[in-house]
Amino acid sequence: MSAGGDWLDRRVGWRSLMHEGLDEPLPGKSRWAYVFGSGLLFIFVNQAITGIFLSLYYVPSADHAHTTVAFIQKQVTAGAFIRSLHSYGSSVMVVILLLHLWQTFLYGAYKNGRELVWLFGCALFLLVLGMSFTGYLLPWDQKAYAATAVATNMISEVPLVGSAIKTLLRGGTEMGTLTISRFFALHVFLIPMGIIGAIGVHVLLFRRAGAAGPPVDEATRQKLPVEPFYPRQVFKDFAFGIVLIIVLAAFALWRPTTLGPMANPSDPTYLPRPEWYYVPVFQWLKYWHGPLTVVGVVLIPALLFLLLFALPFIDRSPERRPLKRPIAVGSMLFVFVGLLWLGARSRAEDHQDPSVRAKLQAQDDEERRFAATPFEPEVAGVASATTRKMTDAESKGALLFVSEQCAGCHGPEGKGGAGLFALPSVDAMFPGEKLKAVLRAPNQQMTEGGMEPVALKDPELDAVIAYLRFLTKGR
Amino acid sequence: MDDVRRRSFLGTLVAGISAVVGAIMVVPLLRFAAWPMFHGGGGADWFALGPADQFTGETPVRADVEVRKQDGWRVSVAKQTVYVTRAGGTLRVLSAVCTHLGCVVPWDAKAKQFVCPCHKGFYAPDGSRINGPPPRGLDALPTKIENGTLYVKYQYFRQLSAKRDVVG
Repeated sequence: MSAGGDWLDRRVGWRSLMHEGLDEPLPGKSRWAYVFGSGLLFIFVNQAITGIFLSLYYVPSADHAHTTVAFIQKQVTAGAFIRSLHSYGSSVMVVILLLHLWQTFLYGAYKNGRELVWLFGCALFLLVLGMSFTGYLLPWDQKAYAATAVATNMISEVPLVGSAIKTLLRGGTEMGTLTISRFFALHVFLIPMGIIGAIGVHVLLFRRAGAAGPPVDEATRQKLPVEPFYPRQVFKDFAFGIVLIIVLAAFALWRPTTLGPMANPSDPTYLPRPEWYYVPVFQWLKYWHGPLTVVGVVLIPALLFLLLFALPFIDRSPERRPLKRPIAVGSMLFVFVGLLWLGARSRAEDHQDPSVRAKLQAQDDEERRFAATPFEPEVAGVASATTRKMTDAESKGALLFVSEQCAGCHGPEGKGGAGLFALPSVDAMFPGEKLKAVLRAPNQQMTEGGMEPVALKDPELDAVIAYLRFLTKGR
Repeated sequence: MDDVRRRSFLGTLVAGISAVVGAIMVVPLLRFAAWPMFHGGGGADWFALGPADQFTGETPVRADVEVRKQDGWRVSVAKQTVYVTRAGGTLRVLSAVCTHLGCVVPWDAKAKQFVCPCHKGFYAPDGSRINGPPPRGLDALPTKIENGTLYVKYQYFRQLSAKRDVVG
């Protein structure tokens, strides 16, 4: 081992790398408070691995995205588990990120030469929010579509360039298949590249500046006992990472993430609700109307983020003890309590309004119902009935099928759809002249379904019948 | 010395636990990725060709079948040509795919045999090989008769092999 190790060390220099990586001195010894940064790295790796595996089946387009996610969720072995790890992972990421931010903030670890570490940390915060925003749309179910429609509409509040940015982001004025492609590219290529780069700089600058240690005055700090990063801090970091993975896996098994019915842009009654960490923002938007909207939606959030980024340049005293920094700690606390309050208000308002509560409940029920139905594959290619060229009578019937409003209730090509009645095999149900008779005078069951007698002249009705036979052959 | 021992103990502990958790997590990932290996799909569905007693003659009758196959998250629908024949006494449904290089073989009514237009392969009305480059006769497809209706299950076979080998 040692001979081989020496051989490799002469060529790679791994011992000095290990020394550099593991023997970093920690003033004030290892602490559980320091585990959050490594925890984020663990979750990031979890997201990357599960994300790559999900991409084995996922297709980013409006007509396949939802089917492929349903396929992952309902059909593929461990699909629901892996998708849940990815989806819950994003929530855990936000939680740990906030804890990391709070720890760094309370310890004053952004001061004394660590300003750029903080700056890149803030950039990572934004990038992670970007990941959850772009990833949320990808399943293309009702809630994903509705939430993203609202969020992208917010962008158009930005003065001058807002609607241009919105169109660019959506790949058009409306949300559609190009939106998925764009969000996918951002979610899978662009933002992760940014995250990996920013993590690199963040960690590099942090190691260069050295661990800040506990928030004490400089004189005490000089006298703190020092311990290397390895083994105790490494042990704590790994222990935390393993607990995170176990908690995630337990949640993923116990309560797999859900998938609602496919996005239906024409349903105006759907009540969108964002992921929990965007709920405070969602509530905040309710308070801003008319010309002031731009203040609430754009200016104030932008200002808050600017303050967050600029914190080490505003709060420049070397003092790190939280109790001696009442203004900084107070403002941060104010913002967070405010966000919590907004989140609670949103929950309360949803709960108090009986119609909203009922609607949200109905949406949840619909999602559960959809989750319980077996996977239905997409049919590619065309059934034999429609591959044959239509006869003249059949094409005439096809035109009448639309102009006489048959398609209004039976769907295009009589295939039905949400709330529509798909045509059965008419040949099997009404052979010969029976079909004509039943179209002229619908039976009781049809009448109850809303079918009206067809008042066409004989040759036209014959054309419709020819088309119906053509359409439903083999159904 | 104690310090060194403690370091290596903690290091081994971390490595050991991580390896166990990692190994457990790898199982669902592998099963997820390997899913298609164990769910190749049962091939095509049965396709109804029509009443079995309509096929009476010795002359092969051409029919188009719709091949519905599970293809991951979609079902693909393709059309394939088959011949129904009672030549030789038994009802057979033959794939029209030449066993040589896969051309679609038409029935030559005048010569009363199948003639592959690509490389002159000849088959008898019951599908057996007569002459030419094909290594075996036309392939008979699995059939069943239910309530008088003839069903066929479309299959693909390996070309250029004397043995019948289903490939999909």
